[in-house]
Amino acid sequence: MNARASIGENAPAIEISHLRKVYGETVAVDDVSLSVAEGEIFGILGPNGAGKTTTVECVIGLRSPDAGSIRVMGLRPREDREALHLVVGAQLQASALPARLRVGEILDLYRSFYRRPADVDELVGVLGLAAKRTAFYKSLSGGQKQRLSIALALIGRPKIAVLDEMTTGLDPQARRGTWGLIEGVRDRGVTIVLVTHYMEEAERLCDRVALIDRGRIVAIDSPAGLAQRAGGGQRVRFVPSGPFDDRLLTGLPEVKGIERHGRHVVVSGPGELVSAVILALAAAGLTVSDVQVESATLEDAFVLLTGRHLHGEGMVPRP
Amino acid sequence: MRTRWSLLPASTPRAAFGTIVRNEARLGRRQPVALGIGVVAPTLLLVIIGSVYSDNKHLKVLGGLTYVNVYVPILIGFSIAALGLFGLPIPLASYRQQGILRRLSTTPAPPAWVLAAQLVLNLCLAAMELALLLVVAVAGFGVAAPKSPGGLVLALAASMAALFSIGLWISAIARTEQAAGLLAVAWFFPMLFFAGTWLPRAEMPKPLLDISNFTPLGAAVQAIQSALLSGFPPIAPLLVLAAYAVIFGALAVRFFRWE
Repeated sequence: MNARASIGENAPAIEISHLRKVYGETVAVDDVSLSVAEGEIFGILGPNGAGKTTTVECVIGLRSPDAGSIRVMGLRPREDREALHLVVGAQLQASALPARLRVGEILDLYRSFYRRPADVDELVGVLGLAAKRTAFYKSLSGGQKQRLSIALALIGRPKIAVLDEMTTGLDPQARRGTWGLIEGVRDRGVTIVLVTHYMEEAERLCDRVALIDRGRIVAIDSPAGLAQRAGGGQRVRFVPSGPFDDRLLTGLPEVKGIERHGRHVVVSGPGELVSAVILALAAAGLTVSDVQVESATLEDAFVLLTGRHLHGEGMVPRP
Repeated sequence: MRTRWSLLPASTPRAAFGTIVRNEARLGRRQPVALGIGVVAPTLLLVIIGSVYSDNKHLKVLGGLTYVNVYVPILIGFSIAALGLFGLPIPLASYRQQGILRRLSTTPAPPAWVLAAQLVLNLCLAAMELALLLVVAVAGFGVAAPKSPGGLVLALAASMAALFSIGLWISAIARTEQAAGLLAVAWFFPMLFFAGTWLPRAEMPKPLLDISNFTPLGAAVQAIQSALLSGFPPIAPLLVLAAYAVIFGALAVRFFRWE
């Protein structure tokens, strides 16, 4: 499998078993079990209200679970919170900083909380905030605020960084910039838990992804592995130069399904689907035009596994 | 939600508290609401009253006292109330509302340190302002030195304890900055009235004076005025202030939420 799978054989950085959290009548997290290996970027992906944030808030000790257990580097988040704060850095959704403090003042403040803090000069350099150190927090753009928030999550040299919706509200360019940054942080040996509802983000960054829906884990796998589960790989759409019998293609090992929409034929399946289809048709004396190839995505996996779309009505458009 | 916090985590550098205090002081300078109504306003009012009534006549309507005699305790109460009711709770309510305390609770620094920093700052401001008011009154407007310095310190301490406890209670129950502001205003102006700001206590009819004696600023003015002019303050206003401190302090502890 992939190179990161072997890392999972060490003691996990985070181990959640049968986590349950209820708010009044609402079951926010029903029965979540997962384990995050040291050094990986682990994604928690799901629609709004799926229980992603509640899950990570339990991990960082902000909420106490109603049932189940959590170990973070062997620590219990509530009981061992002092030790936990030294190994976990968090970037929270919906939390602000004082509007009238300057970036440098905020960094110095958070730096003072740790005995062995990160090098602030280096951190602001990496995060592209060096020119903003004297700027007031309220004058920062959305992307700069997010980067500062990530800097604060990393300032205590954590072993694990929990980043909740770190790119929500950013424009696509700022979002991609942040991705590069996160990969850089992981390369320094920090385990990263990434909560997101952007599947593109999860596909690009995560070693493994937990799909979560209505408080339950639907699947945990690598992004490619999840896409494989969704009908395995690719869909090829084309217009053939003449009629042919479906059996010409369904007989191929690469083809799992075939649909016809008017003149268009849509074939789906794993592996080298495009060349297999074109070669088989050519052997029958047919050519194809208007070829479109789509890869199966996490979105397809999510739809397949839950019967629902990741993004409901009225959501932000996908990047 | 309610959490038990270690107030002095072993791993957190103690210097972090100093950094928090410095930052709160910066924020207080950059948005000087508390500074304005707690420090600048009472000082200015004393200078204005002292200059207008510079003849220092002892007036019958004021119970045989001068205007400055009457207004020094009231302005001291004004300053303590402004810092306790506005200076202390409004930043705390706003930090809770914006998730600043919540963010802090994922670091080794306990959010209680922010509350402690606000207490330290506002108490320091109050102490400075009270000293300033007394110096201006004595040096500038011929008020006699306090009759009972020890009694004055006790009266001031009791007044600060009462008003700051009410402020902490406001920060405990106000969900938003706006709610904290409204609650503070709702307490501030009636208290100023009963302190004798518009109708001197000497002029109040008996029922009004009885009520005044049981309000925080009424009791504060009574105790401070005695310590300044007559001698050790009577025990009744000190007990009233202590009761406010205990009751509202307990309510604040009971209802305070960090998020």
